[in-house]
Amino acid sequence: MIRFEQVTKSFPATGGRESMVAVDELSLEAPTGQITVLVGPSGCGKTTSLRMINRMIDPTSGRILIDDQDIASVNPARLRRGIGYVIQSAGLFPHRTVVDNVATVPMLLGTGRKKARDRAREVLELVGLPGDFAERYPSQLSGGQQQRVGVARALAADPPVMLMDEPFSAVDPIVREQLQDEFLRLQDELGKTIVFVTHDIDEAIKLGDQVAVMRVGGRLAQLAEPAYLLAHPIDDFVADFVGRDRGYRALGFSEAPNLPMSNEPSVPLGTTPEEARAATSDRWLLVVDEEVPQGWVEPARIEAPIEPSMLDRGGTVARVHGPLRASLDAALSSPSRRGVLVDDDGRLVGTVRAADVVQAIERVERPEIDPAEIAPTAAPVE
Amino acid sequence: MDWSYVSDHWSQIMERAWQHTILAGVPLVLGLLIALPLGWLAARVRWLKPPLLGGSGLLYTIPSLALFVLMPVVLGTSIIARVNVIVAMTIYTLALLVRTVADALEAVPNAATQAATAMGYAPARRFLAVDLPLATPVIASGLRVAAVSNVSIVSVASLIGVSNLGIYLTSGYDRQYWTEIWVGLVSCILLAIVFDVIIQVVTRLLTPWQKACVA
Amino acid sequence: MINQIWTWLTDGANWSGDDGITHRLVQHLWYSGLSLLIAGVIALPLGTWIAHSGRASWLVTAANSLRAVPSLGLLFAASMLLSSKFTGDTDLPYLVPSIIVLTILAIPPLLAGAYSGVREVDPAARDAARGMGMTGGEVLRQVELPNALPLIFSGLRSATLQVIATATIAAYIGLGGLGAFLRDGIALNEYDAAAGASVLVAVLALAADLLLGVVQRLVVSPGLRTTRTRTRRNRRADATPAAAALGPTNARS
Ligand SMILES: Nc1ncnc2c1ncn2[C@@H]1O[C@H](COP(=O)(O)OP(=O)(O)OP(=O)(O)O)[C@@H](O)[C@H]1O
Ligand SMILES: [Mg+2]
Repeated sequence: MIRFEQVTKSFPATGGRESMVAVDELSLEAPTGQITVLVGPSGCGKTTSLRMINRMIDPTSGRILIDDQDIASVNPARLRRGIGYVIQSAGLFPHRTVVDNVATVPMLLGTGRKKARDRAREVLELVGLPGDFAERYPSQLSGGQQQRVGVARALAADPPVMLMDEPFSAVDPIVREQLQDEFLRLQDELGKTIVFVTHDIDEAIKLGDQVAVMRVGGRLAQLAEPAYLLAHPIDDFVADFVGRDRGYRALGFSEAPNLPMSNEPSVPLGTTPEEARAATSDRWLLVVDEEVPQGWVEPARIEAPIEPSMLDRGGTVARVHGPLRASLDAALSSPSRRGVLVDDDGRLVGTVRAADVVQAIERVERPEIDPAEIAPTAAPVE
Repeated sequence: MDWSYVSDHWSQIMERAWQHTILAGVPLVLGLLIALPLGWLAARVRWLKPPLLGGSGLLYTIPSLALFVLMPVVLGTSIIARVNVIVAMTIYTLALLVRTVADALEAVPNAATQAATAMGYAPARRFLAVDLPLATPVIASGLRVAAVSNVSIVSVASLIGVSNLGIYLTSGYDRQYWTEIWVGLVSCILLAIVFDVIIQVVTRLLTPWQKACVA
Repeated sequence: MINQIWTWLTDGANWSGDDGITHRLVQHLWYSGLSLLIAGVIALPLGTWIAHSGRASWLVTAANSLRAVPSLGLLFAASMLLSSKFTGDTDLPYLVPSIIVLTILAIPPLLAGAYSGVREVDPAARDAARGMGMTGGEVLRQVELPNALPLIFSGLRSATLQVIATATIAAYIGLGGLGAFLRDGIALNEYDAAAGASVLVAVLALAADLLLGVVQRLVVSPGLRTTRTRTRRNRRADATPAAAALGPTNARS
């Protein structure tokens, strides 16, 4: 567990600039084995807060404890070797191969070269960079790959704590999604204590077990679980920051209860027009391949046995007990207006109508208000 | 320091300063004019880059006194001919600037050149209207380096008997006469500063969009 | 004319003895090497320290402005100032001023190379290095110096050319080396010797530069070859001042 106790950092005045408070009386806890996201507008002190944890910056006042030990009493270099650190532009060493980059911290800790490199290869595998990437130089990698190496390098010595400063913000949105998903998968496996900085509220909500929203001037505006944050932003600033479609976004957290499903007639690929027309009286008919939904056809319009190229693939599919947001989206995007629900293996279970999902939404309870949070500003977590 | 020496020899100092200016300045202009197309080629044609930059790098390694002495073999001139010095200095300038021009042109933001092409500039006009102006600050910084080093090297030519400000150094040493040494040193430094300032002013006039000078 | 030069160069008699090519070549190498060594011992740690600490960067600018001082004048002034201080039958009267001037001339490019080399290290790499628990010394040895090597080498190569060229001129204040052939050849109108020695000096400079180029290939990480072109190009647009600061590395006379 990482604990900030009334931590303040002010930078002294330099060359014409007034002295400024970057972090103001920050108190919060980052629980062991969980992801705590610091989010807020540019310049609100996220990076400063993060870098105080590994003593890249020392606080002006207050203290920071890791597992109840005041870090001010630990030698900075030693402290840092036990904390993984990932930054936005990866900061890879251009003169070292990928595997040597990743082996750096184990070698700093005294592991032999051979063992450190073996370990590095394992970790590279873990972040999805197999074999032949190891001997490349950073300049021969794409931005997303460099970022993975950055994560691998931080993981190599298996530190219990990881600090990540906008690690995915320099890559394009598609790669970012991919990296985020892999990151969550990894965290499921590794259970590190992670403090993650971002200015992207979507990323914060997707990744955080808890989210700390900071406001300019380095003050904590609200600390809460993502669903709670979306449901009960504590003031206008937080409400603005989490955005206008927060209600819809919050559906991403509500597990779907038992939605009223109907059985959906379906036919396999290769079905003839006559058979298809016999299968349903509705305008749209669902086509499956080995029970996995493929798309929709209009039986009235087909003249040949059904091929993949005839399918309308506009609709998304949702898992039966997945988030309500996905079920609603499936219903809204389907040409038949019936959302396709599948089981964990992707096999057809049934369909659901948007109205039914909306009804379910209305029955879902919003996260309860935490009495401690009713105060106009966030009280220190104690 | 014998100040009367300076006033007595003022017109001679001016004459040698002028000779020095010619020996250092003409090669600067010639070298730039030749380096522009060569640097452009190096930046444009991938396979030409290594031979062009490598070749100019080789020329650049030849020590100045050796190059002055060898010039007559190449040019068929007499050893004390001023053209030896001019050609040799042009070679140095060229060698230094080809790389600078190539680097500068490659540094021109792609967006600007592509926008210019999209607006319908023909390649040659685009080079003159877009690439060259944008590359000017970097080329100018290379030119400043070449100018200062030219002024210093030209004084070496006094050793082979070509008249310029360096003569004060050689003669001062021969006669162990400090005043002449000082005259030679100070006038060379002043001339180098004059070259530097002129290039900076011209650059600023040519690139009005660059507010501050890269000094 | 070329035949005469060739004859001079291939005449065995010209190669032997105290005034022979072999001896003077060795002298030339020795003076150049010694000056480079002294300059390196001074300039490399100093440049690294200035870049590392961000302090006293005016020293780099000051050293660069030394380029405007003609090396010929520097040699003569140093000789007149110092040679009378040494008496007796030694080499010191011309050796000391020569080595001092050669060293002074080698310092600016070496200093600029080390300074801008360390300066240009990707700040993110430096930050990551500190963040993973490297001590100041480890950051320097493992990250900053290896990344600075390309620019350190370009500084070393220009310093070498500068020193070899100026050592030739130093013959005029009594230093031996290949320059003595040029001095005497020009004075006595023996053009074949002057030109022949000029060829040797050119070849020497070329060989030294090539040798350093080979060493550079061997010691600089291949990862920096591709990165340099890539990141430099990306950064170049806003890096004009840096490019200007690098310029002096190439200057010589
Ligand atoms: N070394 C420093 N000296 C002076 N001021 C600083 C220093 N580092 C940061 N600051 C200031 O402290 C404030 C907080 O900076 P910080 O880097 O923590 O912001 P951030 O939340 O990470 O912003 P961003 O999202 O843009 O990265 C900023 O106003 C910044 O200008
Ligand atoms: Mg930041």
